[in-house]
Amino acid sequence: MGLIEKFLHNLKAPRWGVHPDDHKRPAADAPLRELPLPKRLYIPLQQHVGQPARPIVLVGQTVLKGQLIAEAQGNISAPVHASASGRVVSIGEVTAPHPSGLPLVAIGIEPDGLDTTAELTIPADPFALSPAELTRLVAAAGVVGLGGATFPSSVKLALGKRSEVTTLIVNGGECEPYLSCDDRVMRDFAASVIDGVRLMLHAMGAREALVGIEDNKPEAIAAMKRASATFPEIKVRPVPARYPMGSDRQLIVTLTGKEVPSDCRAADVGVIVNNVSTANAVHRAIRLGEPLIRRIVTVNGGAVWQPGNILAPIGTLASDLLAFAGLKSEPARIVMGGPMMGAVLPHAKVPIVKGTSGILAFNEDEIAAPEAGACIRCGTCTSACPMGLLPLEMAAQIRAGSLNGAEALGLADCIACGCCAYVCPSHIPLVQYFSHAKGELSEQSRSRLRNEATKRLAAERVVRLEREAIEKAEAAARRKAERAAQKAAEAAKSATESKETEAAE
Amino acid sequence: MIAAILSLTLLGAVLGLGLGVAARKFAVEGDPLADEIAALMPGSNCGQCGMAGCAVAAAGIADGSVPVTCCPPGGRALATALAEKLGVTLDLSSVADSGPQIAVIAEDLCIGCCRCLKVCPTDALVGAAKQIHSVIREACTGCGNCVERCPTEAATMKPVPVTLQHWVWPKPATAVA
Amino acid sequence: MTHNLTLTAPPTAPHTLAANSISRIMLTVAATLAPATLYGFWLYGWPSIFLWVITVLAALFGEALCIKLAGRSVVSALSDGSALLTGWLLAISLPPWAPWWIGVLGGLFATILAKQVFGGLGFNLFNPAMVGRVFLLISFPVQMTVWVAPLPITAASAPGFHDGLLIAAHGIPSMDAVSSATLLGFAKTELSRGIDLLHSLAGTNAPGIVLSGARSGSMGETASLLILAGGMVLIFLRIISWHIPAALLAGLALPAAIAHGIDPTRYLDASSHLFSGGAMLGAFFIATDYVTSPNSRIGQLVFGAGCGFLTFVIRTWGGYPEGMAFAVLLMNAMTPVIDRYIRPRILGRDWRGAPLDPATQKGKS
Repeated sequence: MGLIEKFLHNLKAPRWGVHPDDHKRPAADAPLRELPLPKRLYIPLQQHVGQPARPIVLVGQTVLKGQLIAEAQGNISAPVHASASGRVVSIGEVTAPHPSGLPLVAIGIEPDGLDTTAELTIPADPFALSPAELTRLVAAAGVVGLGGATFPSSVKLALGKRSEVTTLIVNGGECEPYLSCDDRVMRDFAASVIDGVRLMLHAMGAREALVGIEDNKPEAIAAMKRASATFPEIKVRPVPARYPMGSDRQLIVTLTGKEVPSDCRAADVGVIVNNVSTANAVHRAIRLGEPLIRRIVTVNGGAVWQPGNILAPIGTLASDLLAFAGLKSEPARIVMGGPMMGAVLPHAKVPIVKGTSGILAFNEDEIAAPEAGACIRCGTCTSACPMGLLPLEMAAQIRAGSLNGAEALGLADCIACGCCAYVCPSHIPLVQYFSHAKGELSEQSRSRLRNEATKRLAAERVVRLEREAIEKAEAAARRKAERAAQKAAEAAKSATESKETEAAE
Repeated sequence: MIAAILSLTLLGAVLGLGLGVAARKFAVEGDPLADEIAALMPGSNCGQCGMAGCAVAAAGIADGSVPVTCCPPGGRALATALAEKLGVTLDLSSVADSGPQIAVIAEDLCIGCCRCLKVCPTDALVGAAKQIHSVIREACTGCGNCVERCPTEAATMKPVPVTLQHWVWPKPATAVA
Repeated sequence: MTHNLTLTAPPTAPHTLAANSISRIMLTVAATLAPATLYGFWLYGWPSIFLWVITVLAALFGEALCIKLAGRSVVSALSDGSALLTGWLLAISLPPWAPWWIGVLGGLFATILAKQVFGGLGFNLFNPAMVGRVFLLISFPVQMTVWVAPLPITAASAPGFHDGLLIAAHGIPSMDAVSSATLLGFAKTELSRGIDLLHSLAGTNAPGIVLSGARSGSMGETASLLILAGGMVLIFLRIISWHIPAALLAGLALPAAIAHGIDPTRYLDASSHLFSGGAMLGAFFIATDYVTSPNSRIGQLVFGAGCGFLTFVIRTWGGYPEGMAFAVLLMNAMTPVIDRYIRPRILGRDWRGAPLDPATQKGKS
């Protein structure tokens, strides 16, 4: 980019956020590859926000590709399907795709390589179906938000219908560096994405769809414009490339000028945001009857030999993906998701889930993080924060142990985008401060609730003991009275008997 | 010179007298603080703090003889609330070290004697005579009374397992003061 | 398949960082100061070069001493460049021919008492260089107000290397020969003698002289245009934002223009205010100090405007001809208050922090 173009770009770009090196190419331009079926799949029961799914298969059972293996439980949940045909070999704990390295329950499947597909139900004309019926089909297919939030899509569609949403925003921002899976979906499956958008519009009863795509993806913009040309209700809108443009509140304000109030959901201002890959998944679920059992994953990073996008079944181990793409060197850090918000993986034997947009294997140079210094109050973090927070003040409060002070400064509004830590000249791990404080605060509120519950239980126990004591006393009194009455009766009886005998004598 | 010394001395004496009178006149009777603290406590009288019930512990906390971190069931939230109430600085690390615990009953050892049911302050144990007892995890405060009463050592204390939902990022270590 | 609970904190996002560091910032600022400083060296010759070297070394020594006493690594603390910058800024705000001990005392005072005593970089309340300057001004008013007329280093009468050393060691030998007043000082003394500005400045206020900087003053004061250019580079590189400089210059120029419009015989015009004294240096290099200025953009505007206005007030009605250092220190003291009450608006909330009304947002567009 020339100096003048860079200057013009800076003028247009919003004042919040950062503009990191995107590192998207050459991975974004490499043609999509399909991963050969791995030896084992580990399909976690919880790949979404809400209640985990409940397994309905047994170890040893044979399953078909696309067969339901765990059903949704509760209002906010999503079912899980077998990504390949084969035999269930285990239902147990595997390492979660989470920095803590804690376990989560997954169903292990040994694929038989036949890819026998379960029977599919495909509606002849989905637009003839009622919105509720369409939403039910989306729910049955286990579709969740593929941008990373993994909120069950059917719940969102129903919410959109209920709150009479007018605008569907389709998120093709993909502002995270290194990632290009959404870019690839838009380039290769533009028609499917547009069809999925139309299905979602129908399911929500919304008027129009705005597709927001960052202007660093000209090929995707062109493909989506071509595919949506015949549908006037769908408008493709290029947006300036600026991290975190793909965050829903930022995208909404950029495309519509509406600010989502901090205590509200997007639906409350008449907008719902869905990712382009989610639209593609909805299209596949309705038109092909295929549940969400595979997705495109970007494999990228300095340690990867052939970076690119790979179509992989859900439950594939990250190590299988890395082996397929090839490694130049032993990765210094493996990250699931993007470099700005992604979770570091404790090791590569972690399954990919529905929300996995990328597996990044970084080399030493890429993750070099100088030691944290003292805050010089430069305020760079304040100008970078897309939410208008004061990261340095919040971190100072947390460092001093005042979590409530940080809360008063708006900690709850922090979206953990990482802009502040990215730009900090002192390399202070600001995001870690905020993650720590958020976790600690929710732990405290849980603990408070628990304390109240304990108090209630203890009080109830006192009441129970008193009631039992009274009951016991009453019972004892009753028995005593009965015994006394019996005794009296016996005495009376014996008295009359003795009188009778006396009289007889 | 002498006038200045006299006037200042007089001023000091009068003000000192006023302070003395005020201290006598407005002295606080009883200990409302202990009651307020008792209201914050779990109230299960489990005895884990080593005192005879929550009211005694509250009195101890109020007069400063007992640390605010004494209550394991109350955890860090209670410790923070108490520290705020008393205006003391808090070292949470001591609370974090012990970690919350709950009772677990080994099914192969339980003989169904019902003794543990009687000592549980929150009725967190269910069971009947000659039936294996079990613990309602949500209700258990981790007081350990059942462990003491169990004749077969079936009841034991186990740390509450950390789950994905409950995991908290550690606080960053500060390199520079 | 194994899962191990990590005992230490796992690496946290973001996994990529901008190539930004404190030393990079400080050295860039120093680099943008270099042209003005070199021009100052040329104007004031060898004594100014010695004074600069001595002041910077004193600042570095003061910093190193404190770091050593605190038991931290001296090399890594000095390499952040902040002490260098403090010494540099102090040096170019001094009279160029001041004796060596002025630089030593100022440099030590700035880093030890104004910075390290507060806890080091990031914790000081006041701008260290300005604290150093004000300390010197109050303690040694004579030495701090003797200015020399520019005597380019190439001129025949300019002191050579050896004479320069002597001047730095003993001060100016025969003051009357070279001493001269700054524009602001001259205006003030003449006014106090009852001569109005129209007459007193008749010969001195030629624009060419002002812009070339060839007049008496400190190094950072005469080369206003070079300082301005350096500041512009800093804004372009996004090391500082435009808010403080713009607000400061406006806060100085507007009242000056109004006052001059009312009574040109008593009040200097705006351009004299802007291009003399420490106006430019203060606007771009002193008031913009990260540590001691507010965080939010609006807070910075308030801060800058306050610095500018106070400077005007002190210059016009105060006892000293120049007021930038005092103005910046006074506003430094206000910074915590400004930061407390002026905060950026959180997305989805109003200025008071209450959530926005969904109905009005829904109605938009």
